[in-house]
Amino acid sequence: MQQIRATFDRLRHQRRKALIPFVMGGDPSLASTPSMLLALQDAGADLIEVGIPFSDPLADGPIIQAASARALAAGATPARVLAAVAAARPRLTVPVVALSYWNPVAQFEGQPGLEALRAFVRGARRSGLSGVIVPDLPVEESFAFRRIAGREQVAMILLAAPTSPAARLRMIARASSGFVYYVSVTGTTGIRRALPPHLVDGVRQLKLLTTQPVCVGFGISTPAQAAMIARVADGVIVGSAVIRAMAQGTTTSRKISNAAQCVARLRKAL
Amino acid sequence: MIRRQTLPDRSGHFGPFGGKFVPETVMAALTELEREYAAARRDPTFRRALRSLLRDYAGRPTPLYFAKRLSHRLGVNIYLKREDLLHTGAHKINNTLGQGLLAVRMGKQRLIAETGAGQHGVATATVAALFGLTCEVFMGEEDMQRQALNVVRMRLLGATVTPVTGGTKTLKDATSEAIRNWVTTVRTSHYCIGSVVGPHPYPMLVRDFQSVIGQEARRQILQKTGRLPDLLLACVGGGSNAIGLFHPFRHDRRVEMIGVEAGGSSLTPGHHAATLMKGRPGVLHGANSLLLQDRFGQVLPTESISAGLDYPGVGPEHAYYQLVKRARYVAVSDRRALQGAQLLARTEGILPALEPAHAIGYLAQAAWRLRRGAPIIVGLSGRGDKDVQTLARHLHAADPRHV
Repeated sequence: MQQIRATFDRLRHQRRKALIPFVMGGDPSLASTPSMLLALQDAGADLIEVGIPFSDPLADGPIIQAASARALAAGATPARVLAAVAAARPRLTVPVVALSYWNPVAQFEGQPGLEALRAFVRGARRSGLSGVIVPDLPVEESFAFRRIAGREQVAMILLAAPTSPAARLRMIARASSGFVYYVSVTGTTGIRRALPPHLVDGVRQLKLLTTQPVCVGFGISTPAQAAMIARVADGVIVGSAVIRAMAQGTTTSRKISNAAQCVARLRKAL
Repeated sequence: MIRRQTLPDRSGHFGPFGGKFVPETVMAALTELEREYAAARRDPTFRRALRSLLRDYAGRPTPLYFAKRLSHRLGVNIYLKREDLLHTGAHKINNTLGQGLLAVRMGKQRLIAETGAGQHGVATATVAALFGLTCEVFMGEEDMQRQALNVVRMRLLGATVTPVTGGTKTLKDATSEAIRNWVTTVRTSHYCIGSVVGPHPYPMLVRDFQSVIGQEARRQILQKTGRLPDLLLACVGGGSNAIGLFHPFRHDRRVEMIGVEAGGSSLTPGHHAATLMKGRPGVLHGANSLLLQDRFGQVLPTESISAGLDYPGVGPEHAYYQLVKRARYVAVSDRRALQGAQLLARTEGILPALEPAHAIGYLAQAAWRLRRGAPIIVGLSGRGDKDVQTLARHLHAADPRHV
């Protein structure tokens, strides 16, 4: 949690915006995940989001769905993804947050109920993760998890949407820690040619309600789009575009360098 | 035992089950739906409109038919709640008429639906045509093949049927895709969920619309026999026809309730859809309920001869009924469901859908424990026309003389 805060503080001093790429843990393989994270850091990522795959990723479009399926086929489990982050940790200087759907977290290591959550959060902290994002856990259902995460100093980053009314935005901003994740589009993750016209207003409205950093994700793929959003937001999250670039590589090392190149291009624009 | 106050509670929970586990984008739509439904159920105009559509358009009340020859064969008195006689051929129309009226009330122009066997898709397409709404139905590719007749019906009614090619190509993935589409079009579209599953308020909403089945059945059995039945029997996939039958009897402690799940080819992981028997608590498609999943929380594939029961989750109210022991859940294999379909066809001249054929398939076992002449109500949720090809193929394979 402190690491995320320190990162945003430093960026504010430098008048820079955070670039946050997303990759799926275990895609293309668990063995490649540590080098993938390090390559993204070297290419200019300020924070990295690593996915824990789920069989039914409701908030994701086809590119991340496919990445989930590949990771599961490669044997990725929540504990193995945490271990892959831990393996990269000695050389990672940027904070890493995990993105997972609720069910794999709530079933962590086959434990029941709150035990699973405690084990997951403890495991995340030990692996050097700074925060978690759970897209299908709205603020109302997140109380127990937030308390457990808070105790272990792991940030619980909540999502806000363009359809959230002001009262909900306020509640989300208050409950979220690390930063607030603003979903740019009503829709799933994926690459879009154009971003919605009200996006800038939406981010501004949220910024008025909170002192926390606001990062924007979903649908952002090009350097121009990233630059546009960086004018109002504190950070830009890019997932599908990085994964698509990665998936076009034919070998593991090509995949890693493709993803890194995509991040470097975005970095230049910010 | 079930507490007397109404379930779910204000946050949509049935004990530990239920709730809302969805992307933030649709949370506002769920709140809107909750609010509109609360207003609609108190509004006499809405209630009158729904009542008259159920009567004049759908064909309610449906008969409670005493199946004499089947009763004689099994030694108990079997009453069939004939939802198969409704317009579009299954109980699904009760719910889609209700949700269709709500969608119109909310000013939505488009209905989204998922479907397994196609019955809910047909019912949604029907209501969309009736109210002048556009309609898109998501259906797994495998289900489109085994339920080709219903695909044609939906298209004739003007709906777009979108094949879902991801994952298991069945109901689970159709539901995921419908939710993704809803997340994208939430401002203009109403997601018409077909069973008592999904985030709050859907399990409550669909249960309320389907409760007409049990309310009628309760009245009818009292008229016919002067007493309540010993047993209610209904098939459970997501569980809407079963909840519709069970819910109005929930305070009648002496009435036993048994839900019949799809036992598939065997009760080993991946070969059945018996969620209440074999599932563990987990979250899929917006609610905490029981779920067929592996040790890591990944959802397991399912298998059933009936596309409508081929689903790894179940409605949270059923999970709760099982937890508090108000209902019991059993599984019937594909083979016994086929035998059930044939038994009802030959003894009563009624060809059931493969879904309720599971309940018929369990009758012999249920009757065995009961005293002679005990009254039983079986939810006959739909008719079998859509399954004729599946029946022909399997019965032919089993015994070439049959078909």
